[in-house]
Amino acid sequence: MIQDVVAWVLLAAVAAYACAGGTDYGAGFWDLVAGGSERGKRPRWLIDHAMEPVWETNNVWLIFVLVIMWTGFPVLFQTLFTAMWLPLALAAVGLVLRGAGFALRKPMTRLARRRIYGAVFAVSSLLTPFFLGAAVGGLASGKVAPGTKASADAWANGTSVIAGLLTIAATAFLGAVFLTADARRFDAADLVGYFRLRAWCSLGVVAVLAVVGLAVTHDDARYVYDGLTSGIGLALVLVAAVSALATAGLLYRAATGWARITAVGSVALVVVAWGLAQRPYLIPTSLTVDQAAGASTTLRWLVLVTVIAVVLVGPPLVLLYRLDTRGELQPLTEADLREK
Amino acid sequence: MSGTHSAIALLADTPPQLLPARELMAFTLASHILLVPFGVALPAITLLMHYRGLRGGDPVALQLARRWSAVMAVQFAIGIVTGTVLSFEFGLLWPGMMGRWGDVFGLGFGIEAWAFFLEAILIAIYLHGWRRLKPWTHFWLGVPLPLTALMGAFGIIAANSWMNTPRGFTLDADGNPVHVNVQQAVFTPMFGPEYWHFVAGVILTAGYVVAGVYAVGWLRGRRDRYHRLGFTVPFTVAAILTPVQFMLGDSIARSIFHKQPVKFAAAEIVWKTGTHVPEYMFGRLNSDGTISGGLKIPQLDSILAGFSPDTKVTGLTSVPASDRPTPTQATIAHWAFDIMVTIGSLLLLLALWYAWCWLRRRDLPRSPWFFRCAALAGAACLLTVECGWITTEVGRQPWIVYQNMRVSEAVTDTRASSLWTMLGIVVVVYAAAFGTFLAVVLKMRTRWRTADELPEGDTPYGPRVVAGSTKGSAR
Repeated sequence: MIQDVVAWVLLAAVAAYACAGGTDYGAGFWDLVAGGSERGKRPRWLIDHAMEPVWETNNVWLIFVLVIMWTGFPVLFQTLFTAMWLPLALAAVGLVLRGAGFALRKPMTRLARRRIYGAVFAVSSLLTPFFLGAAVGGLASGKVAPGTKASADAWANGTSVIAGLLTIAATAFLGAVFLTADARRFDAADLVGYFRLRAWCSLGVVAVLAVVGLAVTHDDARYVYDGLTSGIGLALVLVAAVSALATAGLLYRAATGWARITAVGSVALVVVAWGLAQRPYLIPTSLTVDQAAGASTTLRWLVLVTVIAVVLVGPPLVLLYRLDTRGELQPLTEADLREK
Repeated sequence: MSGTHSAIALLADTPPQLLPARELMAFTLASHILLVPFGVALPAITLLMHYRGLRGGDPVALQLARRWSAVMAVQFAIGIVTGTVLSFEFGLLWPGMMGRWGDVFGLGFGIEAWAFFLEAILIAIYLHGWRRLKPWTHFWLGVPLPLTALMGAFGIIAANSWMNTPRGFTLDADGNPVHVNVQQAVFTPMFGPEYWHFVAGVILTAGYVVAGVYAVGWLRGRRDRYHRLGFTVPFTVAAILTPVQFMLGDSIARSIFHKQPVKFAAAEIVWKTGTHVPEYMFGRLNSDGTISGGLKIPQLDSILAGFSPDTKVTGLTSVPASDRPTPTQATIAHWAFDIMVTIGSLLLLLALWYAWCWLRRRDLPRSPWFFRCAALAGAACLLTVECGWITTEVGRQPWIVYQNMRVSEAVTDTRASSLWTMLGIVVVVYAAAFGTFLAVVLKMRTRWRTADELPEGDTPYGPRVVAGSTKGSAR
C-alpha cells in the first residue's frame, strides 16, 4: 500500500523533471541550432536570460528522482544503474558539461571562448536527454531485469533509440513554447514568431516519432504498448495529444501563458500514462512495485518527509516562478558590481 | 560474519574494477568537497555583510555583498553539477551498497534533496533579487539560506555517519537488513560528532578563504575600508570558530576511539593493542608493524584517548588483516589526520593573535606576517577539509558499511577499462571546469580592482580621486 504511494511520488518526480528539466534542455537545443554567432545572437540572448534564474532549480528534480529511487526501491536503482551503465555515465558527464558550459559562458568576455563554452552547453543539452530517454526506453521494454549485466542490448535497441529521440523532440517542444512566452515577456517581438514556428515544427516531429514509436514498441515493448493503447493509458495519451494540439492553437492565438500550461500538461500526462501502462511493474515484466519496495518503515518516513517538503518547498517554488515570470529577477550587471 | 563468509570475501577482495571505481569516486568527491564550504557557508557570510550594509546604510558593505553574490552564482552552479555526479556514482560505482542498504540509510539523502531544492530556489531569488526587489525583502528572502544549507548537510552527514557506525536494522538469515528503525539509522553514534565538526569546519574554511583574498590586497598596500571590511567580517567569523573547532575535533577523535577503534588505530598507526601507547607525529607504518620515521612521543596516544597513560588503545592487529586498513591505507589516514591536526593548531595560534590585538587595541594586527599567514589560511583550510575526509574514508577501509559490507562487495561489475576511461574523461572535464571557474573568479577580481582604482569621472592623467580610503590606494 505505502509502496504504491512512493511509486506515485517517484512518477510525479519523473514527470516534474521531464517538464522542468525538459524545458531547460529544450532551451539548450535551440541554442545549438540557432546558427552562427551573428545570426544566433538574438535567440541566444533570450535563452540566456530566460534560463538563468531557474535552470538550477529545474535540474534539482533529477536528484529527487535518484534519491526516491534508491531509498524507496533500492533494487530498481541497483538494476537500472548496473544494466544501463554507459548511457547513465554519459548522461552524468553531459550534465556536468551542460551546467559548467552554461554557467561559465556568461562571464566570458571573449567571443571565441563564449563560443566554445556555448557549444559544450548546447551539444550536451542534446546528448544528455537522449541518454536519459534511452535508459527509460530500455527499462520500459523490459530489456533489463534484476541481475542483468551491463550490455549495449539494454539501451541500444529500437525502443531505446526512439525513446531517446522522442525525449529530445519533447524537450525541444517544451523549450520552444516557453521561449515564445519569454520572448513576449522580454518584448522581443521578432523572437515570438521565431520560437513559435519552432514549437510547431518540434510538435510535428514529436507526432512523427510517436507514430514510429508505436510501430517499434508493438513488438519490442509489448507490455507497455498494450498499456498505452487501452484503458486509462490510452485515455491519458489522448488527452495529452489534445493538450499538445491545444498548445499549437494557443500559440497561434498568442495566448502564450496558457500554451505553457497545456505544453507542460501534455508532457506530464505522457509520463503518467507510461507509469500507469507499466502497472504493477517498475520494470516490465520482471520487477513489481511490491517486489522492489524497501522497508515499509522507511517508505512511511519517505512519504512524511515528502509531505513536509512539499509544504516547505511549494510556496518558495511558486514565488520563484512568479518573480521570474514578472521579470523581478535579474542578474547583477557589471555596473552594479562596480558602483559603490 | 561467519568464517567462510569472510574467506570468500577475502578471495574476491580486489576485483580489477575496484581500484578505478575508488579512484573515480575519490577524484569526484575530492573536487566537489572543495566547493562545499562555500555552498554551505558563503551565503551566511554574505548575508552577514548584507545586513551590515543595510542596517548601517554602508555602501561598501553592500558592494562586498553584491560581489560575493556574483562569485556565488558561478560557484553554486559548479557545485550543483559536481554534486549531481556524486548521486549518479552511487549507482554507477556502488550499486551493491544501494541495492542492499538504500532503504536503511537513504532517508538522509531524502531530507538533503528537499533541503537542497529549497536552497536552490532561495539562492536563485537571492542572487537575482539585487536589482528589482525591495532591499529588506531581498535580505529576508535570503535569510533561510544558511538553514537550508545546514539541513542539507544534516542529510549527507547522516548518511556518511551511518556508513561509519551503521545501525537501525537487524540481519535476517540471508544477511539482508530487516526491521529498519529510521530514527536509529539517522542518528547513529558518529552522527553528532561528525555533523558539528563538519559545520564548524566548512564555515571557518569559507571565512578564511574569503578573508584571505583581502589579506592579499592588504599586503599589496590596498588598506582602504573596502579591504578592511572584506577581511574583518569573514576572518572574525572564522577566528571565533577556530577554538570551537579545535574542541570539536578533539571530541570526534575520541568518539572514533570509542566507536570505531580500528579506524582510530589506523589514524594513529597503533599496531598492537596495549596501554602506554606512544603518539607518532607522521611516520610510516610498515607491513610488519614497525614504524619508520616520524616523531615519537611516549605515552601521549593513551593520554589523548583516555586522559591517562593507562588507557588501553585497540591496535590494528586486534582484527584479521582482511578486516582492517592495509599498512599503506593506515599511513595515508595517519598523515591526513596529522596534517589536519597540525594546520588546526597553527590556525588556533593565528586566531589567538587576532584576538589579542583586537582586545588590546581594537584594531587589526600590524605585522605583515599576520596577513601573510591569513592569506595562506584559506588554502590550508581547504587542505584540512580534504584531510578530514581522507581520514574518515580511508580509515574505514576495507568497509563501505563498517563491519557489514566491504567496498569490494558493493562495487559495480563494469569492466575496469571502462572505468579507467571514464576516470580519464572526468579528470579532463573537471580540470577544464574548475580551471575556468578559477580563471573567471580571478578575472572578476581584476576587473573590479581596476574599476575601484579608476573612479567614474576620473580622467587619465588627471588628479586621482581616492575614495573612502585611509592611506590611499597605492599601486
